[in-house]
Amino acid sequence: MTGEAVVSLRGVSKSFAKGGVTALQGIDLEVAKGEFVSLIGPSGCGKSTLLRVVGDIVEPSAGEVTVNGKPARRARLDRDYGIVFQSPVLYDWRTVAKNIALPLEMLGWDRSRRSARVEEMLDLVELTGFEKYHPWQLSGGMQQRVSIARALSFSPALLLMDEPFGALDEMTRERLNMELLRIWDETGSTVVFVTHSISEAVFLSTRVVVMSARPGRITSVLPVELPQPRTFETREDPSFFELVTRVREALHATGADEVEEALPLDEGIA
Amino acid sequence: MSAVAEPVAERRLSERVRYWLPAVVVFALGIVAWQWVLPDVLGVESYVLPRFSDVIAAVRDNRTDLADGAWITFKEAFGGFVIGSAAAFVAALALARWRPFGDALMPYMIAANAIPIIAFAPITNAWFGILSPWSKITIAGVLCFFPVLVNTLRGLTSVNPESIELMRSYAAPERAVFRRVRIPSSLPFVFSALKVASVLAMIGAVVGDYFGGSTEALGVLILSSVALSRFDVAWAAILAASVLGIAFYAAISLAERYALRWHPSVGRRGS
Repeated sequence: MTGEAVVSLRGVSKSFAKGGVTALQGIDLEVAKGEFVSLIGPSGCGKSTLLRVVGDIVEPSAGEVTVNGKPARRARLDRDYGIVFQSPVLYDWRTVAKNIALPLEMLGWDRSRRSARVEEMLDLVELTGFEKYHPWQLSGGMQQRVSIARALSFSPALLLMDEPFGALDEMTRERLNMELLRIWDETGSTVVFVTHSISEAVFLSTRVVVMSARPGRITSVLPVELPQPRTFETREDPSFFELVTRVREALHATGADEVEEALPLDEGIA
Repeated sequence: MSAVAEPVAERRLSERVRYWLPAVVVFALGIVAWQWVLPDVLGVESYVLPRFSDVIAAVRDNRTDLADGAWITFKEAFGGFVIGSAAAFVAALALARWRPFGDALMPYMIAANAIPIIAFAPITNAWFGILSPWSKITIAGVLCFFPVLVNTLRGLTSVNPESIELMRSYAAPERAVFRRVRIPSSLPFVFSALKVASVLAMIGAVVGDYFGGSTEALGVLILSSVALSRFDVAWAAILAASVLGIAFYAAISLAERYALRWHPSVGRRGS
């Protein structure tokens, strides 16, 4: 872990007034420039909340959050990160091109600069030719690619992703995993990625952060030393399986299965 | 391109005929019943419902009066519609922007929505004078206000929370959130309210006329024709009011289809 920290969390806790739920407790985490860090844990472990704390969408109850060396709020106001949610959150009344251009409009880019960048982004996510389509005319996987293009359009140093492929079928998910890694490689950005898929976390990440629920805590951090770039063969590598097993064991050690059984509906709070 | 398009167009046409045929048949049967079955078979008297051809004749004989009356009444309805709906839209924006305020007023808005506002029609005549169009415009406007307010507010506030979080991640000011997210996503709600409002505005204007108005107005014409037992003329005026109401509603529907051409329900149908 050399290089400057893009994300730094110190003693971060979050409790929600409603029901007195402690979503996060004593979170310490540093994410270095260029890293791909996955947060994995049972439902209700606060991994989505943690991502929102980094993005200053949710305010922590205690602790310190810095992004690019600045307080999280300053970083948000400076548009230092792009975010991708589980649902694509595209605006139906905007075409694909205009959805991608949304953050650029907020940054006050002029029209010609916007359309040039939109074209680049469409090329990056392999959707050239779809600029005039409306979101509902695209498949779920294509919609999520538009969402990724939008998040990357203004070249943020940090990409926050909240289970972006959770609602997609396995085939599409694997293809988008590859695509995301290619984009990560091309843009050199730092990624914080929330998932509940063990194999996805191992496949994508340079580090996997395992969390426990109630209260949400980091229980272990596993470096993933698989060769870069990852390919389809990576998934068949014995060391890949070994890492998957280690993450699974780390999750079990948190009592993840009982929590998953007992509180399947509580994700909404997080 | 055209070689492919033609069979599609033909199929579309036959589909359209099949879609509309039942409606056309029902319309024709309705006219037949009105013209012959009701008076000749069932012995319905002309003061209950004049024969269709008599009503049409009355329309022809009184076409200038009907056109003048329709224009006056339409102006009242349209004025009320525009003023009431615009005021409701602005009020909804304010209530959505300052939520505690909106939450405090919402129960009263819903209650007001249930008040039979038409009951105030004689009162507005007292406010503005019997002959003033403003009493009718006020009634039509107040009738439009509450449904548009309640629906718009619902549209502005029932936005996917992640859409708002996304705007927050761009450090978007509240104004941008409204312009780029809340207002566009409220439009389907707004338009269904405007369609209801167009009907209510016509009702408000015609019923407002009943309590007094310009002697040429459609409602006044209906009232005076009934008083003179000219039921054919009364029905002709009702027919004019109906056509006006349907045209008004259709115009709003067209505007809706244009404004919401991005919407899945409209776009899928259109292309």
